[in-house]
Amino acid sequence: MYSDKVIDHFTNPRNVGEIEDASGVGEVGNMKCGDIMKMYLKIDDATNMIEDVTFKTFGCGAAIATSSMSTEMIKGKTISEALELTNRAIADALDGLPPVKMHCSVLAEEALKAALLDYQKKSGKNLGLNEDDFEDWDEA
Amino acid sequence: MRKVYLDHAATTPVRQEVLDAMMHVFKEVYGNPSSIHQFGRPARKLMEEAREKVAKAINADPKEIVFTGSGTEADNIAIVGGARANKKKGNHLITTVVEHHAVLDAFKALEKEGFEVTYLPVDAEGRISVEDFKNALRDDTVLVSIMHGNNEVGTIMPIEEIGATCRERKILFHTDAVQTVGKIPVDVKAINCDFLALSGHKIYGPKGIGVLYMRRGVRTQPLYFGGGQERKLRPGTENVANIVGLSVAIELAVAEMAEESARLSVLRDKLIDGILNNIEETRLNGPREGRLPHNVNVSIEYIEGEALLLSCDMKGFAASSGSACTSGSLDPSHVLMAMGLTHTTAHGSLRLSLGKSTSEEDIDYVIEQLKPIADRLRAMSPVWEKFQKGLPIT
Repeated sequence: MYSDKVIDHFTNPRNVGEIEDASGVGEVGNMKCGDIMKMYLKIDDATNMIEDVTFKTFGCGAAIATSSMSTEMIKGKTISEALELTNRAIADALDGLPPVKMHCSVLAEEALKAALLDYQKKSGKNLGLNEDDFEDWDEA
Repeated sequence: MRKVYLDHAATTPVRQEVLDAMMHVFKEVYGNPSSIHQFGRPARKLMEEAREKVAKAINADPKEIVFTGSGTEADNIAIVGGARANKKKGNHLITTVVEHHAVLDAFKALEKEGFEVTYLPVDAEGRISVEDFKNALRDDTVLVSIMHGNNEVGTIMPIEEIGATCRERKILFHTDAVQTVGKIPVDVKAINCDFLALSGHKIYGPKGIGVLYMRRGVRTQPLYFGGGQERKLRPGTENVANIVGLSVAIELAVAEMAEESARLSVLRDKLIDGILNNIEETRLNGPREGRLPHNVNVSIEYIEGEALLLSCDMKGFAASSGSACTSGSLDPSHVLMAMGLTHTTAHGSLRLSLGKSTSEEDIDYVIEQLKPIADRLRAMSPVWEKFQKGLPIT
């Protein structure tokens, strides 16, 4: 059902944890649907570089794996590059997800954007993110 | 790594005695039981001997035993066929919200045909109230289906009283006994049922074989057509090897039931206590008393069931979960939700079902392994974090 990469990221998730003085924190999902992802970003204001990223996830194997993979994919990247990350790219990087688990990759993309939205609010920078585009967010 | 199979409620391995009996059929008795020649006659003989064994195991008459392709099929013939055959007498049916989907989906199909269905609620332990049942009865009630033992949380339903009431009021009563045959006594006369479904692969028999007990004189309709087999109720060439395998399995299961159930009950309680005492914020789903001897269902709060299952699998033990993520839907188990569990609790459920191969060492191993699994998943759970900080969980 799951690829070896999904199992690897589930078994050895990368970048688990919190960042105490995070530049942006985003949380998406809810208990009803059974997946909650929270992402923490440490961003260098001068270079717009994502210096550190961590996550915490309540969810299935795919939810944990997509969280882990997405943090790997944006660490060391610029905000602009991170904004281009799609759920499809996350799923592809994991060698695919079962169709019923694709929503986990969507959640991972949304968690990242929720954290960037939080950074946008805190930093005053305009990243082009609009709160109205993400109705289901539970902000951290 | 130790390998521990704790998913016996899903299916059981075929036991050697069953396999031997089936191999004999495959190798030596391959005739069609409907054929009257020298190859068909021994197959018919074996099948009728099997029917007698099955009947004896549930205190029925061999003529009341119909072999089907599965427990699901037996449920469907009883419910859909029974309701259709008696439609002139009334349009109202009763079942419970915690039935297996083999039953629930049959009732949903009947609703589309115009039948009215009352779905009885359950209490926090997954048990219906006999009073609720009696209050739901109407003059036009023609069929009631209430499971004997719940497949997810192991709750044993008070079906004897319900059966007696149905008999008194001449209402058809079906019970899905797939989880109870071979685990607790099943006597169709004591239950007062008109139909009863059971399945081979839950009792160390083969998959693809079920039984419908149908009380003599009761009417139902077939769902398939094309032959005269099984009194035209389940046409199609009989699966003699599976039938024989099932009959050996049920005979052995009933013969060993008292001793094995007592053994499993002790292990079950040890597993329940071990989990609840070793891991904080856990709860037992289903009752302490009146529980199937092989069923443990716990919720390990603030972690998700599928992640839990995957972790258990990596440590060598197989279980199941009522988490939505294992079913591909958003909603967790309908049984757990009907019992009033929150989404958080239902998502973190784990069913461990014991069987013949389960040893005390297995139970010790699972108890020992579960704690670090829970700790690891909780360490990355934002919900656990919220709980620890006393924040609201939505």
